[in-house]
Amino acid sequence: MYVAVKGGERAIENAHAWLAEERRGDTSVAELSLSQIREQLSLAVNRVMAEGSLYDPDLAALAIKQARGDLIEAIFLIRAYRTTLPRFGYSQPVETGEMACDRRISATFKDAPGGQVLGPTFDYTHRLLDFKLAADGEVPEAPVSEPRQEATPHITEFLQGEDIIEREPASDAVPGDLTREPMSFPAGRAVRLQSLTRGDEGFILGMAYSTQRGYARNHAFVGELRIGSVPVEMEIPELGFSIEIGEVELTECETVNQFKGSKTVPPQFTRGYGLVFGQSERKSIAMALVDRALRWEELGEDNLGAPAQDEEFVLSHADNIQATGFLEHIKLPHYVDFQSELELVRKLRREAAELAETLAAKEAAE
Amino acid sequence: MNTTISAADRKGWMSLLATADEARLTKLWQGCGIDPVYEWLRPPEAGSVMVRGRMGGTGAPFNLGEMTVTRCAVSLEDGTVGQGYVQGRSKAKAAMAAKIDALMQTDAAAGVRKAVLEPLAVERQTKKNARAAKAAATKVEFFTMVRGED
Repeated sequence: MYVAVKGGERAIENAHAWLAEERRGDTSVAELSLSQIREQLSLAVNRVMAEGSLYDPDLAALAIKQARGDLIEAIFLIRAYRTTLPRFGYSQPVETGEMACDRRISATFKDAPGGQVLGPTFDYTHRLLDFKLAADGEVPEAPVSEPRQEATPHITEFLQGEDIIEREPASDAVPGDLTREPMSFPAGRAVRLQSLTRGDEGFILGMAYSTQRGYARNHAFVGELRIGSVPVEMEIPELGFSIEIGEVELTECETVNQFKGSKTVPPQFTRGYGLVFGQSERKSIAMALVDRALRWEELGEDNLGAPAQDEEFVLSHADNIQATGFLEHIKLPHYVDFQSELELVRKLRREAAELAETLAAKEAAE
Repeated sequence: MNTTISAADRKGWMSLLATADEARLTKLWQGCGIDPVYEWLRPPEAGSVMVRGRMGGTGAPFNLGEMTVTRCAVSLEDGTVGQGYVQGRSKAKAAMAAKIDALMQTDAAAGVRKAVLEPLAVERQTKKNARAAKAAATKVEFFTMVRGED
């Protein structure tokens, strides 16, 4: 028999008080300011914005501070806050072709108009710890050159000139929104992309890596990777025209993939697409690889049973907040559940023992 | 009230105000020395806008994620209506934007343009150029090495 218990209020209160103290750490060390986090841990801020699915660097910095640097906990805080905001509407699709690019590289076209712009990249660094940072060194200003005034075209446009890559048909179809309707399958590419862009970076990376290792392999080139900011425009009902309501930094990755063609389509390259809030290069490449793997059906490829081809598997497990919620709830009291299991196991053992006894008695009698 | 304002004009200053740095906007606005009497048509309210992208950059739209936006609307004594739509969660910034939007439709427009909007526009361009200049310095100049037999 199980008797319900309650209690632990004081323990919880005291635990939270200790948590606050631990979060602050040694008070002889200066406290972190939100602007320090926002400016100096900007890639962590970007990850929290991307997976929290809310672009607001100040809020992301606050969440990181409150979560003691646990990014999934910070993402959780952002997701919870997000639900308190009234939704004013939907923006017009951002024009990434008009991005003010900080970085823009292609692994396929050396001489693309606009050039290869490395931007503030970790690439080509030696991955050696820089002990000057421990000494609080000053940073020399980055060199400058004549800025580019004209827009930087997408590299896939050049391939389209030859019609050697599939086209992305322009459309104004209203996309599904997984924050408004529960996900159902097949989800369609629009919802897949929404799910991947807010999905856990580690999970998407693992899925993408699996395609490179041979599970639903579709050899990918990075046609273009660009990072920069784009204006966000929205139609304001009171005005009857659209205005720029802000600016967001984005990372966009377009992959160029193998495709052998079909009865109706000549051999041509296909595309995978990644677009993520903030500077988030690894995530956008991974997103593009997984997007491409999930397109197997529309491209007439075989379903090889690979995890990265399984839309339901990928989308159902990409969200780290859902995953965390379900995973972490098992540490909370399950006394009643466990009690019933315990009863069951005891009953089975009792029955087995009784059976053994009966058999033994029978054998002895014979 | 000035009725000759084009939508493009209004879009121009509203866009500038939406992305302005709040501290800088506050300083310019205070320096402008105009403090209009107004009523709230809609007091400042923080909310979100779902930002959309396009598949492959050019294809069908999809929902990328939300951004924070604060909006409000004011009415001046003469009935001129100003709208504020700004990025982020600052009610003070949205209020300044709405008042400036209203004033830009009145006789005060020239003064406000000179004191607030023009400096903001110049500084915005300077900032963009500075970033573009740093990007330009990281542009790769390939040179071809001749290899093999001729």
